[in-house]
Amino acid sequence: MIVSFNTLVAVALTYVAFLFAVAFAAERRAARGNEAWLRSSAIYTLSLSVYCTAWTFYGAVGYAARSGLEYLTIYLGPTIVMVGWWWGLRKLVRIGRSQRITSIADLVSSRYGKSTGLGVIVTLMAVVGTTPYIALQLQSVTLSFSVFASGAGGGWGEADLWSAGLWVAVGLALFTILFGTRNLDANERHHGVVMAIAVEAVVKLAALLAVGIFVVWGLAGGIGPVLAQIDASPIARWEQSGGRWAGLIFLSGAALLCLPRMFQVLVVENADERHLGTASWAFPLYLMLMSLFVVPIAVMGLSLLPEGSNPDLFVLTLPLSQGKDGLAMLSFLGGLSSATSMVIVATIALATMVSNHIVLPVWLSSRSEGAIVSGDVRGVVLLSRRLSIVGVLALGYTYFRLSGGGALAAIGLISFAGVAQILPAMIGGIYWRGANRWGAAAGLITGFVVWGWTLFLPSFGEGGVLSARLLAEGPFGIGWLRPYALFGIEGLDPVVHSVMWSILLNTCAFFTGSVVGFPTPLERLQGAQIVNVFEHSDGPRTWSRQAAGAEDLLIMAQRIIGPIEAQAIFQTEARRQGKQGFLPDVSPEFVDFLERELAGSVGAATAHAMIGQMIEGATVSVEDLIAVADEAAQIMEYSNRLEAKSREQERTARALRDANDKLTQLSIQKDAFLSQISHELRTPMTSIRAFSEILRDGGDLKGEELTRYAGIIHAEAVRLTRLLDDLLDLSVLENGNVTLNRQQGSLEELLDRSVAAAGAAGALTVRRNRGREQAILDTDLDRLAQVFINLIANARKYCTAPNPELRIEVRRIGDRDVVDFIDNGDGIAAESRDVIFEKFSRLADHGTAGGAGLGLAICREIMGRLGGAIAYQPGQGGAAFRVTLPGRAALAAQ
Amino acid sequence: MKAPANRSVFLARASFRRRRLRDAARMLPILALVLVLMPLLQTGHPEARSSGVLIYLFVLWVLLIAAAAALVRPILPTRDETGSEPEDTA
Repeated sequence: MIVSFNTLVAVALTYVAFLFAVAFAAERRAARGNEAWLRSSAIYTLSLSVYCTAWTFYGAVGYAARSGLEYLTIYLGPTIVMVGWWWGLRKLVRIGRSQRITSIADLVSSRYGKSTGLGVIVTLMAVVGTTPYIALQLQSVTLSFSVFASGAGGGWGEADLWSAGLWVAVGLALFTILFGTRNLDANERHHGVVMAIAVEAVVKLAALLAVGIFVVWGLAGGIGPVLAQIDASPIARWEQSGGRWAGLIFLSGAALLCLPRMFQVLVVENADERHLGTASWAFPLYLMLMSLFVVPIAVMGLSLLPEGSNPDLFVLTLPLSQGKDGLAMLSFLGGLSSATSMVIVATIALATMVSNHIVLPVWLSSRSEGAIVSGDVRGVVLLSRRLSIVGVLALGYTYFRLSGGGALAAIGLISFAGVAQILPAMIGGIYWRGANRWGAAAGLITGFVVWGWTLFLPSFGEGGVLSARLLAEGPFGIGWLRPYALFGIEGLDPVVHSVMWSILLNTCAFFTGSVVGFPTPLERLQGAQIVNVFEHSDGPRTWSRQAAGAEDLLIMAQRIIGPIEAQAIFQTEARRQGKQGFLPDVSPEFVDFLERELAGSVGAATAHAMIGQMIEGATVSVEDLIAVADEAAQIMEYSNRLEAKSREQERTARALRDANDKLTQLSIQKDAFLSQISHELRTPMTSIRAFSEILRDGGDLKGEELTRYAGIIHAEAVRLTRLLDDLLDLSVLENGNVTLNRQQGSLEELLDRSVAAAGAAGALTVRRNRGREQAILDTDLDRLAQVFINLIANARKYCTAPNPELRIEVRRIGDRDVVDFIDNGDGIAAESRDVIFEKFSRLADHGTAGGAGLGLAICREIMGRLGGAIAYQPGQGGAAFRVTLPGRAALAAQ
Repeated sequence: MKAPANRSVFLARASFRRRRLRDAARMLPILALVLVLMPLLQTGHPEARSSGVLIYLFVLWVLLIAAAAALVRPILPTRDETGSEPEDTA
């Protein structure tokens, strides 16, 4: 025993100073942007070693000395979970990264619709579950001090232990505050802490391996003799209880996922998913090496150290008893590392949870103006984190003072079982979209209560919190509520009993609550995002954050305002920044500009929320969503109203324009009509005047000449009358004053009459198919005949063929009968077809016929009145007119 | 099935292999659990020694670590995959 206690303290302080320096250097490097090296998969794997606490370093040997190989379950469970990373952990890490999860309470709260209540429940469970664990670390460090102190001569009293514990707690609080709350990183990563923990991981592994190698090859003399020693030891027989073996493997696997400190290093501090792949084999390797020499140390300790030595301290006392002070010192540092790294990470994790889920909500709700003042929130967050760290450590220290301190393994398992209650809500939440917060809350509370009743409260010992009588007979004598024999099932190991019932009831409550309850919209949104995280998030791309940001913005903008416009905006901006391609730097100006652009399409609140999410990962609160919905609804309603109004105005304008056009046209038509009519009237009047002057002046006219001149005057007067008749007729038709004289008759007869009246006989060959003309008409037959006569007369007058021929074809199209009048002349030129039905539209004058050009106009008017139609029929070999007979009037072939 | 026809045979084979190896990675924890529970069959047997179980467990452990290490690189998403592949498609 040469090591003086003061030397030990000096070495410990030097080591702690070294850790401070390491953490500080890592922070400096990270601040200079040189974090690639800090973010390697090796550092990540080593940081996972916070799983191996003082419970592992000291406790595993004690555990092995008491219960044989059972200690291995604590490391086999995590090995199975790590090896199965492709199934579970990968999803957890992806969710943590895409949702920017800061703690396990945050995960549960986010998944179930950012529920504050669930965050509080998980936080409280984590604090209650972890406090004994922190106490355990303080206890192991003080115990290891006391070993050296007693070795150096001065035996330690309880007060010395307590004050040592206090100093350790203060030192840890200082370190954690310094490096754990240095800054408020958006993604909650702590480079200094992680680096220090990685160093400590190496130290504790090296220390345990050194002690193990010394024991196997230095004391026992090789592997063979060690195995022989094991066979000769009290733990030689393999008498493992199956329930405990399987139950503890499950429990430790669950703890790896649910312990707040493990969640912190596994998920929150993860920088790259690929690191998880490396850790999937490297961390099991670490665990394997940590457990490799535990049994030999335990066996040799049992055989070499005096009866009654604390097996939890064999790692320390075995080298000391052999006079290996240097090795004992290394071992002490290993134990110190295990304890401190666990406390630091657990404290950071818990402080984050306490501050985010309890302190800040309370603080925000206590302020009337809410979180609108942004400047002071960061300060408040940091302060609340620091106070939470002090609070958590004070709790741990208090527990350490109050509890007598049982075997390390027992405390560790109680803690594991407590945090494992989060497992159903967590696993259910990330794989089952149907899970909702009622189920989660019911499961968490049920599991927590059962765990507290069956394991935590009895752990204070008989007469501690629960009286001996209560333990034996149940509360108020209710036998089936006995903490160690729930529902009357006795004889189970307390831990297995508690884990079985708590997880079972927890899962049942979780499932029932989820099936019965109904989730909020935000919850369903979050559920979909988290369960389908691989479809929603992009891959593990971390190397080009800026470009990815611009690309994400482009993708979003394309969805909202269309690809071409979005690309144009981005390209313009990129060119303005002097860059090629479509992706500009994401500058604040550009973001503002883009937000305004998008606001034009989706409204300001939505655009802000979307851009905000892209740029800062700001989360959307329920209020945001509601505001967005309200605003969108208002905008939509407003724009609908505007649209309706503008449509109406447009209709009115169009009607006005049409009316104006019509008026203009009418005015032009009127002018044209007047000039036409004066011309048409003037021509006969001119001849009548000229010839009547000749008759008046010339006395010596022959009788023959007299007769001729009078004949001309008469003919012109007749023509004038006919013109006036036509005009009158048209005017009557156009004004709608016409009275229809409805009669019945057959089409054949009507056509016979018309052909005869038109004077077609001789001048024109008329071809008809009388078989088809058997329809009976019920309409104004005289008017219809007028149309037919006009058409036949036109053919007679204008057909240019040497042997003029007119085909009259009757056919049925749809439910209407049509009559086509087709001659074999030149037809009518395409450009003239539009005007032939206009008044006075005589085509190239074939002179003699002497029509006024009113015939077709009258025909059109008549057919309109009768309810039929007349149209020019192109492509028939000559001029062709189709008369569609009036609907009701037609029909009924005989 | 969903590989476009114009993809070369080599690429299709590679991604097929990667998918099967991912299946293997999913089976690994199940296999590990079964093998870790195996020693319970021997418990209480008068001949069963802790040392034998200890050696069995550590050999198993080393094999698991080796298998996991061998699987990591082949199953990681390649650059052309974004890692957002639909789960469990063959």
